[in-house]
Amino acid sequence: MTAYIIRRMLYAIPILIGVNLITFVLFFVVNSPDDMARMHLGEKRVTPEAIETWKQEHGYAMPLLYNPDAVGIGRLTETIFFEKSIRLFAFNFGSSDNGRDIGYDISQRMWPSLAIAIPVLLVGLAFNISYALFIVFFRATYVDFSSVVLLVAMMSISGLFYIIGGQFLLSKLFHLVPISGYDTGIEALKFLILPVIVGVIGGIGAGTRWYRTLFLEEISKDYVRTARAKGLSERRVLFRHILQNALIPILTGVVVVLPLLFMGSLITESFFGIPGLGSYTIDAINSQDFAIVRSMVYLGAVLYIVGLILTDISYTLVDPRVRLQ
Amino acid sequence: MPSRLVLMVLSLLLAGCGEPPWNNPYPEEDAASKTLYSSFADRPKHLDPARSYSSDEYAFLAQIYEPPLQYHFLLRPFQLVPLTALEVPQPAYFDADGNPLPEDAPAEVIHRSDYLIEIQPGIQYQPHPAFARDEAGLDRYLSLTPRDVRGINRLGDFAFTGTRELTAEDYVHQIKRLAAPWTHSPISGLMQKHLLGFEELVDQFSEQDPGDPLGRVQLLRDARFEGGEVLDRYRYRVSVKGKYPQFSYWLAMPFFAPMPWEAEAFYAQPGLRERNIMLDWYPVGTGPFMLGENNPNLRMVLERNPHFRGEPYPDHGMPEDEADGLLADAGQPMPFVERAIYSLEKESIPRWNKFLQGYYDSSGISSDAFDQAVQIDAGGEPVLTESMQERDITLLTSVEPSIFYMGFNMLDPVVGGESERARLLRRAISIAVDFEEFISIFTNGRGLVAQGPIPPSIFGHREGEAGINPYVYTWAGGRAVRRGLEEARLLMEQAGYPGGRDRDTGRSLSINYEAIATGPDDRARLNWMRKQFAKLGIELVIRSTDYNRFQEKMRNGTGQLFMWGWNADYPDPENFLFLLYGPNGKVEHQGENAANYANPEFDRLFNQMRFMDDGPERQAVIDRMVEIARTDAPWLWGFNPKSFSLHHQWMFNAKPNQMANNTLKYRRIDPELRRELREAWNPPVLWPLWILAGLLILVLLPALWLVWRRARSTAL
Repeated sequence: MTAYIIRRMLYAIPILIGVNLITFVLFFVVNSPDDMARMHLGEKRVTPEAIETWKQEHGYAMPLLYNPDAVGIGRLTETIFFEKSIRLFAFNFGSSDNGRDIGYDISQRMWPSLAIAIPVLLVGLAFNISYALFIVFFRATYVDFSSVVLLVAMMSISGLFYIIGGQFLLSKLFHLVPISGYDTGIEALKFLILPVIVGVIGGIGAGTRWYRTLFLEEISKDYVRTARAKGLSERRVLFRHILQNALIPILTGVVVVLPLLFMGSLITESFFGIPGLGSYTIDAINSQDFAIVRSMVYLGAVLYIVGLILTDISYTLVDPRVRLQ
Repeated sequence: MPSRLVLMVLSLLLAGCGEPPWNNPYPEEDAASKTLYSSFADRPKHLDPARSYSSDEYAFLAQIYEPPLQYHFLLRPFQLVPLTALEVPQPAYFDADGNPLPEDAPAEVIHRSDYLIEIQPGIQYQPHPAFARDEAGLDRYLSLTPRDVRGINRLGDFAFTGTRELTAEDYVHQIKRLAAPWTHSPISGLMQKHLLGFEELVDQFSEQDPGDPLGRVQLLRDARFEGGEVLDRYRYRVSVKGKYPQFSYWLAMPFFAPMPWEAEAFYAQPGLRERNIMLDWYPVGTGPFMLGENNPNLRMVLERNPHFRGEPYPDHGMPEDEADGLLADAGQPMPFVERAIYSLEKESIPRWNKFLQGYYDSSGISSDAFDQAVQIDAGGEPVLTESMQERDITLLTSVEPSIFYMGFNMLDPVVGGESERARLLRRAISIAVDFEEFISIFTNGRGLVAQGPIPPSIFGHREGEAGINPYVYTWAGGRAVRRGLEEARLLMEQAGYPGGRDRDTGRSLSINYEAIATGPDDRARLNWMRKQFAKLGIELVIRSTDYNRFQEKMRNGTGQLFMWGWNADYPDPENFLFLLYGPNGKVEHQGENAANYANPEFDRLFNQMRFMDDGPERQAVIDRMVEIARTDAPWLWGFNPKSFSLHHQWMFNAKPNQMANNTLKYRRIDPELRRELREAWNPPVLWPLWILAGLLILVLLPALWLVWRRARSTAL
């Protein structure tokens, strides 16, 4: 397995270079270094000299990808792309364009993101699996039919609707929780209730339908018939046999998103005023802070690759037949 | 074990809820404190007074840093009064030989204007580690080693703080910072034109830049320049090239606030920047407040500066201020609030609802919430809706010293230039684009149609019939009435575009509109714009782009028609008329004249007007300039936005002042009344939870019964 993991990590290098290159090109197609300087220096009374000084000081005075004035390998290394990218591979994110340490900011802002993402994942998982088992238990009855209709309807509603509806009902109308905001320590709890409830409800439609499909697929297999023939109760068949065998695809879906929980949610964090990494990224895009944008995209790519590797590893844990070579 | 876990989670949740109101986003113990609650939508980018140039940032900076002058809180028109200075300095004029000149000396003979500023003695800085001294009286934190800063992550991690008296040197030090290229001050270029010796100082700093932060601080301290001279502990002189009467206004902006060298030296030490401890993040001032928490992703907290001298509340104002209760605190030492918490609210819905719940003391009004808050009465005046009146909310409105205009690129061969044909075309379009309708549809009526470049409340603006743009309006029934479309069509015909078709080529006229439109919300506005031009048979081609590309087009002069705006830096007509000054053209001179308008007579008058004191003579010159601009019509004058703000009944001393940013110190609140009303407005409503629980039971019971029945059923 070690060799497999090392090989997968080596495969990740060209992927990360590609991600970095695409981010770089996309960013600089929209924003030039001059635009970035203007954004940071303000809109009024900015002189060309001030722009030039800013570019020099922040390392944006070089050519983007190819430096024809340099010699030898310098043609590639004395460029903004090389200078800004090379440190990323050592996870040295450097400073944002307004001078703050990106690594420190990420370490501070990932906690609020996790404070929402983990409860949403766990509560959502528990609820969705339970509900899916409940539906499967009553398969082909009015419970199954009406649940599927409900789930499809819930899937079809925009996430924004759940957020605004949740804020309207629970905070504005019933005055049960703050409408938005965040705090540290135990005070954070009252701010987390609403986004977690909204996150869980927003995920019920798609999550439960998927799990229902998985369970229905399992329920028609021979080993289930055998279990029933043995005289096991339906409850035992569902929880001891079907659930266990459906764990592989469930794990695939869950483990792959685990590392990405750090990255936060753009819309949720914006509407609930949560100072997480989702709003960090969107703020950076709005303020044309390339240093943060490339760091967050890079981090997202790394975490996604890690998630995929973890998923592969988790296969071997839940299914002894799977071997990584 | 699982039951224990459930119990633990439940008890944590209950602890989180606490006493009602449960939707209170603030700690319960703060309910009775003199804390002002507000919000901000855009995080401040810079808190260094040499760099910051945005109203979002001034909302915080102006409470912390104190330039020598400020705007009177109550008097209108805006009037400069001393802040840390003993009096508003009057310039002394000198000729090229250094001989003093009288006050009324013509501008062309004035070589230098000196502003002698004397500050009040005894003003102390806020507590800060940069001033901390040990028992021996030596600076405690000005020679830190990397080992010393281990474990330090915030400014508050330094155990000791100190203070010192504000001196004239601090003001001069800040002026020198404006010249330092590494400070990236946006007004460095402008000050090179105005301050004596400033250009040379910039060159000196560029040449001698040692690169390392501490070396830079020393270079700044050692530098001497003609334009800023420390005379003694409390007096300094600023020397301006020639005559520049508007310079006094700059002395009321954070750019000219004091900066103690110790603060710069402190932040320049190795290891602090890497920990995000820097001047741009942790300001050091003498103002009534200091930054207690800087977390722009969540909240900014301003706390009362314990060393603040207690500036008295103004004892006079406008005649109506007495009746409005704005003089009730006359002579009382400020500030009145102990703390101000500004929470980040990016979305308008939560912001508005929190205001309605009493968790923000005041609020603006977004377009979505406008109908809930305001209705227009029979006289066309905005009044509060019943629900707002029931809560005793106050509405304050004021016209902002800003302008949103639609500009023609005067370098364009079709719409620009000095030809009569282009001029008539521009005038015809000026009539056709109905900005009254624009204001009504897209700003909820929050604006006044502009009749020229100078907004109301700025000297030079004329009200009533004398103030209308005669090329677009007539005066009838005591109000300005937009000229009819027939007149516009006639102008089109005279311009050689009958029915919007070029008489020479027979082609229909199409004009490119450079729009900054990125979302679906912009579609309605652009469609409206198309219709305005279609009235004259002109096809408006919308060239939507982002702000970067838009600016690029403006810089290159490749656009034809665009919409832009300007907020006043200071309340002087020069700050608006310079937007039409030829040598300020964007394409040729990288200035702020985005229309690239150039009229020699206008430019000549501008150079005359800029040096004049307010009075009938200056008004006459301005009238002439405005007339020239209206004749040439390089802009559709657009509109001056009107700001609407709502305030709860527990908040006092709120008066719109669009020039003053340091208004927090005037605010007073009644926290007890606020606490009572919050409780009354936000009782927890629990019955929906019981209904929900009942419904769940109703659904689950039959299912459980079914499970039980199935488990007991037999195969046959």
